[in-house]
Amino acid sequence: MIISEQWLREWVSPEISTEDLAHQITMAGLEVDAIDPVAGEFTGVLVAEILSAQQHPDADKLRICEVSTGAETVQIVCGAPNARAGLKAPLATVGGVLPGNFKIKKAKLRGAESVGMLCAEQELGLSDASDGLMELADDAPVGVDLRDYLKLDDRMIEIGLTPNRADCLGLAGIAREVGLLNELAVKASLIEAVPASIEDSFPVELLAPERCPRFVSRVIRGIDISSPSPLWLQEKLRRVGLRSIDAVVDVTNFVMMELGQPMHAFDYGKLEGGVRVRTAEQGESLELLDGQTVELDNETLVIADQGKAVAMAGVMGGQGTAVSDSTVDLFLEVAFFTPELMAGKARSYGMHTDASHRFERGVDFKLQATAMERATALLLEIVGGEAGPLQETVSEPHLPVRPDVSLRAARIQKLLGFEMDSEEVVRILAGLGLGVTATNEGWNCTVPSWRFDIAIEADLLEELARVYGYNRLPVTQINANLEIPSRPEQSLALSDLRCHLAARGYREAITYSFVDPKLQQMFDPGLKPVALSNPISADMAVMRTSLLPGLVAAVLRNTNRQQPRVRMFETGLRFLPGEDGLKQVPSLAMVMTGSRFEEAWNADSDAGDFFDLKGDLESLLELTRASESFSFSVASRDALHPGQTALIHRDEEVVGYLGALHPSLCSELGLNAPLYACEITLSALLQRDLPEFAELSKFPEVRRDLAVLVDKTVPSHELMANVRASAGTYLTDLTLFDVYDGKGIDPKRKSLALGLTFRDSSRTLSDEDVNLAVDQVVDSLEKKYKAELRN
Amino acid sequence: MENLEALASEAKAAIEAAGDGAALEQLRVDYLGKKGAITALLKGLGKLSAEERPQAGAQINLVKQELQGLIGERKATLDASAVARQLAAETIDVTLPGRGQSTGGIHPVTRTMERMEAFFAAIGFEVVEGPEIEDDYHNFEALNIPAHHPARAMHDTFYVDEHTVLRTHTSPVQVRVMESQEPPLKIICPGRVYRCDSDLTHTPMFHQVEGLLIDEHSSFADLKGVIEEFLRVFFEKELDVRFRPSYFPFTEPSAEVDIQCVNCGGDGCRVCSHTGWLEVMGCGMVHPKVFESSNIDTEKYSGFAFGMGVERLAMLRYGVNDLRLFFDNDLRFLEQF
Repeated sequence: MIISEQWLREWVSPEISTEDLAHQITMAGLEVDAIDPVAGEFTGVLVAEILSAQQHPDADKLRICEVSTGAETVQIVCGAPNARAGLKAPLATVGGVLPGNFKIKKAKLRGAESVGMLCAEQELGLSDASDGLMELADDAPVGVDLRDYLKLDDRMIEIGLTPNRADCLGLAGIAREVGLLNELAVKASLIEAVPASIEDSFPVELLAPERCPRFVSRVIRGIDISSPSPLWLQEKLRRVGLRSIDAVVDVTNFVMMELGQPMHAFDYGKLEGGVRVRTAEQGESLELLDGQTVELDNETLVIADQGKAVAMAGVMGGQGTAVSDSTVDLFLEVAFFTPELMAGKARSYGMHTDASHRFERGVDFKLQATAMERATALLLEIVGGEAGPLQETVSEPHLPVRPDVSLRAARIQKLLGFEMDSEEVVRILAGLGLGVTATNEGWNCTVPSWRFDIAIEADLLEELARVYGYNRLPVTQINANLEIPSRPEQSLALSDLRCHLAARGYREAITYSFVDPKLQQMFDPGLKPVALSNPISADMAVMRTSLLPGLVAAVLRNTNRQQPRVRMFETGLRFLPGEDGLKQVPSLAMVMTGSRFEEAWNADSDAGDFFDLKGDLESLLELTRASESFSFSVASRDALHPGQTALIHRDEEVVGYLGALHPSLCSELGLNAPLYACEITLSALLQRDLPEFAELSKFPEVRRDLAVLVDKTVPSHELMANVRASAGTYLTDLTLFDVYDGKGIDPKRKSLALGLTFRDSSRTLSDEDVNLAVDQVVDSLEKKYKAELRN
Repeated sequence: MENLEALASEAKAAIEAAGDGAALEQLRVDYLGKKGAITALLKGLGKLSAEERPQAGAQINLVKQELQGLIGERKATLDASAVARQLAAETIDVTLPGRGQSTGGIHPVTRTMERMEAFFAAIGFEVVEGPEIEDDYHNFEALNIPAHHPARAMHDTFYVDEHTVLRTHTSPVQVRVMESQEPPLKIICPGRVYRCDSDLTHTPMFHQVEGLLIDEHSSFADLKGVIEEFLRVFFEKELDVRFRPSYFPFTEPSAEVDIQCVNCGGDGCRVCSHTGWLEVMGCGMVHPKVFESSNIDTEKYSGFAFGMGVERLAMLRYGVNDLRLFFDNDLRFLEQF
């Protein structure tokens, strides 16, 4: 909503600066987004009259004009096509300055002297484009400074209205607020009933009264639309952001901007039989004013005549019955449309108009006759004609009702935190147009027809707070009671995991939850991801089923920018569709590519591998203090290297996976080095075991080392489990300290070197005790894996 | 006895010349060992008369002690220089960088969110999370935003189907808590939210932290107190804060909160569009209809809610000038945090 400051000040004019006014209404909830001057900065421009215009002898497109400035007659060379004798137009005189610090000097154009410059709107910063000289009114006083004549020292104030404040979608509503805030009376326009001078009327039927309960109309015959709107009207509209179309449309727009009531003028000669306000037939088509033809659905309200729809009610008129330069008779419509039933309609056709914006939010349902009288009087003044009687067609039961709202003084205290002076309460509410009567507990209020946002006590509290001023309301220091939320020691905070990974060299990334379906398909071809019906772009169209596509894309972004070493992690939801519905699973993923260490004088430059990532993951598992409940199993998975993939288990449950990205996927994506990745369900990591003390043994430990040859296919994890199970109760520690294959052993086999540590808490173990345990281990490995001891 | 003197001076010279511990030890053996020259002289005392013996013995012992002393001193000198040599050989450039894994880091959005959570945790708020694919009821209806409400246009919603959306704010988590728990409630809901909008100042995904407090006696004055204190703590400076009336369907009265521009101190600059103020969050008293949706007694309880954009606060806090950097995941950006 744009208003002109001057126009506002015609209604109410507090003695404060523009900036203070803007601040004042902003702090009352009408946020000022911008303040712009209505014209460019210029000086030395007068109202002038062209006395004669002769063709320039040496230039086709130039004319030599004799121009009166009031004080003298000067010669001006001008290229505008509309430069003609008798025209009054702005003249920038020698010494004047136009916007952009353009100084006017005497000049010669193709040999002819020019003493100043006749101006177009654009040259004065009055419009963005113009195709000739600005045409001033015939009665414009020659010699008067243009700024004074047009009152150009005005500003456009743009207000970003919240959707609840439909009452301020007209100047009158904003004036009401300004009057209240400054305790000033508001001078509204004088609007009187226009007596009918002809009998003509046109039948109106309300066939959908729940959608249109009031329809005010009038016939005006014999208008003259040949002249453009008077300059004052064009200027008013321009300063609220509207273009002049023709005098009739300009008047309807003026009324809309002044009172907040949209209205429409039809060419009466093109209407047949009578008006019917009805819902559209399914599929009925209508060509609109903007030239587009829409196919209507049966939930859309239209204004129709006997034959056809002639306007999309409250949105836009039809082309077929529009006012044109041949129109002589008008049919004016001013209606109230039920906001709840208008909501979303224009949008469903991809439209949004000044009218639909207002009707959806709520137009004062008692305003229609007033708006009609205002428009009629203006039209008769500007385009002439004879007015018929004002016709009001109404379905009272379908008009909005405004139940009284009661306000308790105790609720002001409870919710605003202070006791507001009773006189202040009444002053504010009455100033907003409410009827206020005192009751035992507070006040009873009637609600005006222009407020669609006041129905309950809280609505009144908001009005009081807003007008009183939020910043004058009291502030209470935080006074928290000492109810400490429980934080179980057994739950591990996500922030602990993040810090741990950061300490191990990983950077946290945040990638979009929606990913490219193609990339998604590469990682989880077996899943049909949740798709958005209105994605922002084709490469952000499906919800990720894994954090990896996004993370891998983030890696690529960096490797493509000379950052070959990347370690990243992300936490967030995976969106997993399944037979029992969608699951939104909090997860953690890590990726790693490039060298093991940052390049350094003392670091090897080896590439990181599977076991670097696994080691980092295992260190994370350690935080749960239950790392023995996790295990890894050989697996295969889409997108991963078939020989370098493992599932992660916590107890019996699969909680994640890790592996190398499949080399062919790497090359498809443009990754030049191997990339290792893992993904794990967060819930598996966020539970930790409480420490439980065990007595320290006083007796020495005994260590024995074994090297065994087994088939390469034997998973070491399984073999270690076998050793633990067969070694007996004295085994306290088992490490795998070497793995070897190659020269000197059977190519199908590998050598595993195990360190076994034995200890008992009640005595020193004898050689026999330990030998027995080692024999059991060797025996079990031989049986299970055909293992041979190496020497 | 000339023999003894000659021997002594020869030995002294040899000890003085000994270059290392081994040579010195050899000299000790040669002179003072069981078969050493001095030891031999002592053994020869028996051949002397009883009158000569004590004097000659004393002279030999004197020489012996003197040589022992000299050997000891020489040894100490040699040891000291050996240690000095070793230390010199072991000297390193202690200014070289250390060995090991480099350190990563936390994303600035997370870092900001954790700071916000820490403030509210300290005054007794609990952190609650919820689904990001949300139903229409929790995202809109229960928050007093019925279908076709003009406020829906403010949300630019991503739809999965007619009744399912990507949450446009974290308020639905608050609804879920109100449905399942009895007041009093003090919660904050951090997380990702989605709006179908992408340009210089909007990304289709961003983060919010929203808060809700419900008890029997909370007022707008309490809301102002909490917000002002939070902003002071978050920015670690005394800031002018103003509350401006606004509109959200789920709160009433509703306010936008502006702070004095942290870049120019309120003088007006590019960051604050020359207004001196920065809009940082929205808040208000919980709307009675929201309470009614969750069967909370509006006569007994009152409450306030607030919500802020994490990226917005992170940008102001760290001076980041382009929102989109947060989701580019460029290491050169991430490494700055």
